Amino acid sequence: MSIVNTWYFPTRLAWRQLIHDRLKLVAAISGVLFACVLVFMQLGFKDALYASAASMPLKFDGDLFLIHQQSEAMWRPAQFERSELMRALGHPAVAEVAPLYLSLATFKALDTQVKRTLMVYGYDPDTDLLNVDAIKTKKHELRVKDTVLFDEYSRPEFGPVSNMLEAGQNRTEVNDYKVTILGVFQLGISFAADGNIVTSDLNFLRIFPNRSAEEIDVGVIRLQPGAFIPEIKEELRAHLNDFVKIYTYEEVLEHERLYWENAAPIGFIFNFGTIMGLIVGMVIVYQILFTEINNYRFEFATLKAMGYPHSYFIRMVFASAFILAILGFVPGLALSSSLYNLAESQIFIPMPMTLEKAVTVFVFILFMCTTAGSLAIHRLDSASPADMF
Amino acid sequence: MVIDVHNLNFSFGSGSLTQPVLKGIDLAIRKGEIVLMTGPSGSGKTTLLTIIGGLRQASNGSVVILGEQLVNSNEQTKVKIRRQTGYIFQQHNLLKSLTALQNVCMTLELQRDLTESERQYRAQQMLAAVGLEDRMHYFPEALSGGQRQRVSIARALAGRPKIILADEPTASLDRQSGHDAVEILKQLAKELNTTILLVTHDYRILDIADRVVELEDGFVKAVEKQE
Repeated sequence: MSIVNTWYFPTRLAWRQLIHDRLKLVAAISGVLFACVLVFMQLGFKDALYASAASMPLKFDGDLFLIHQQSEAMWRPAQFERSELMRALGHPAVAEVAPLYLSLATFKALDTQVKRTLMVYGYDPDTDLLNVDAIKTKKHELRVKDTVLFDEYSRPEFGPVSNMLEAGQNRTEVNDYKVTILGVFQLGISFAADGNIVTSDLNFLRIFPNRSAEEIDVGVIRLQPGAFIPEIKEELRAHLNDFVKIYTYEEVLEHERLYWENAAPIGFIFNFGTIMGLIVGMVIVYQILFTEINNYRFEFATLKAMGYPHSYFIRMVFASAFILAILGFVPGLALSSSLYNLAESQIFIPMPMTLEKAVTVFVFILFMCTTAGSLAIHRLDSASPADMF
Repeated sequence: MVIDVHNLNFSFGSGSLTQPVLKGIDLAIRKGEIVLMTGPSGSGKTTLLTIIGGLRQASNGSVVILGEQLVNSNEQTKVKIRRQTGYIFQQHNLLKSLTALQNVCMTLELQRDLTESERQYRAQQMLAAVGLEDRMHYFPEALSGGQRQRVSIARALAGRPKIILADEPTASLDRQSGHDAVEILKQLAKELNTTILLVTHDYRILDIADRVVELEDGFVKAVEKQE
């Protein structure tokens, strides 16, 4: 009852004052909407970046992963000896181990012959290191010399590979080495690589003649069913050299995400963009609230003379800020959703509008508006009832 | 006594720039009395009015309004007095984004024991009493000067204040609407037994007063009894 009383009347008055001047209201809402869309886009791109960056180890089928400590991210790994991985086999809980070879290589587009860089995965097809059905069903064919599988989610600049394969055109060059494309699979691209191909470990070494089977990029460890992963991880840790790091599946995803968030300046750029958007929006809302208070200060002084306490006007300013936040957020959410769809269709990176993201942005916008409100409040002091006569 | 001012001194500024405005004012007004205050510009009329209304802080002498000492009082005491006082300003000072009815309701929204429908009803009654029953949903900019001032009279009286303080309410009105406005004010105030202190230069409305107080250079110069 008292909450209703203390907030209802100032909110109603704030609402009546806001809708009285429609033109100014539209300007104010546009300001909030602008900030809203800006923040949504920054967060959308950032999340898409992290999601796609982390998508590289996403399909890895293993319990523990060995990576050289100098490997900043998976798209440019440092190699270590295969014997280091084999050492893990000594632990009774380890069922099997498998080396993974990774490298960026140029791929000659089937139609335009233009060379673009993509990621090459090499592993023994029998180990099923990538949990992708289209690869598993082709594991016997992959054993044939100079064969690869192509990720059909790669960027379109690599050419319409699926269509060309149907037309019988399946020869191209990877790292200037002639290969046959057996078929396609679906994995998804990351900011590091515009496309992916998968090949056998032996074919990998043919494509990259200066690489050796003894130098691996990622060591994948599978444990016996029922093994307690964190405990095994600690025990293996004690047996391995310090230059390899051992991660669980979740940790390897986190490691990738943190790279893009911190080591690469990209995470910073998007955070910076988010903050700039909020600051610009805050300045706009501040300007609007400030002019509003300034224009209405004689009315506020009149109300003060009638016996309204100072706190009433503070609540009014915050109510105005809150109303602007909501009125700007709703169209901002709608507009951002359609921009997300547009982005998905243009840059082939998933940008879902999640409830979590919507709530986050609403909290940001609310924070932005209330901060602007608390900055504008000092202008209320100019409303002195003694000057009314 | 509803208003009891004794030996009130007030100055603007400080140090060598001190400008005394009120010099030992004594003024007592009984319940239901209508007092007009006149005097030349700069004689301190408005300053006295703002001190009595709890809008300006005085620190010297005694100002007892409705039993509360306002000299060196805190904000709560002043707000309490303000809520029992109706103000009528030289400019109507209506809220331009509210209709006439909503403006009058602003006074009643301070009284939390009223329901919304009671507020609406009383505001409508009050607007009808000042002859604006067909203008209730007009915004101030759609009303004439005289109509605006009558809305502001309705607003001042709607809360059934014990005191009405008015500063040159007829200054921006023509003779006829000015006289109509104060006539309505007087009539309603007498019905509700409200005390009125009205500052004016307008000698055309002196006839509504029970008593006329003349201020000059910060002193009460003369008190004219009207019979």
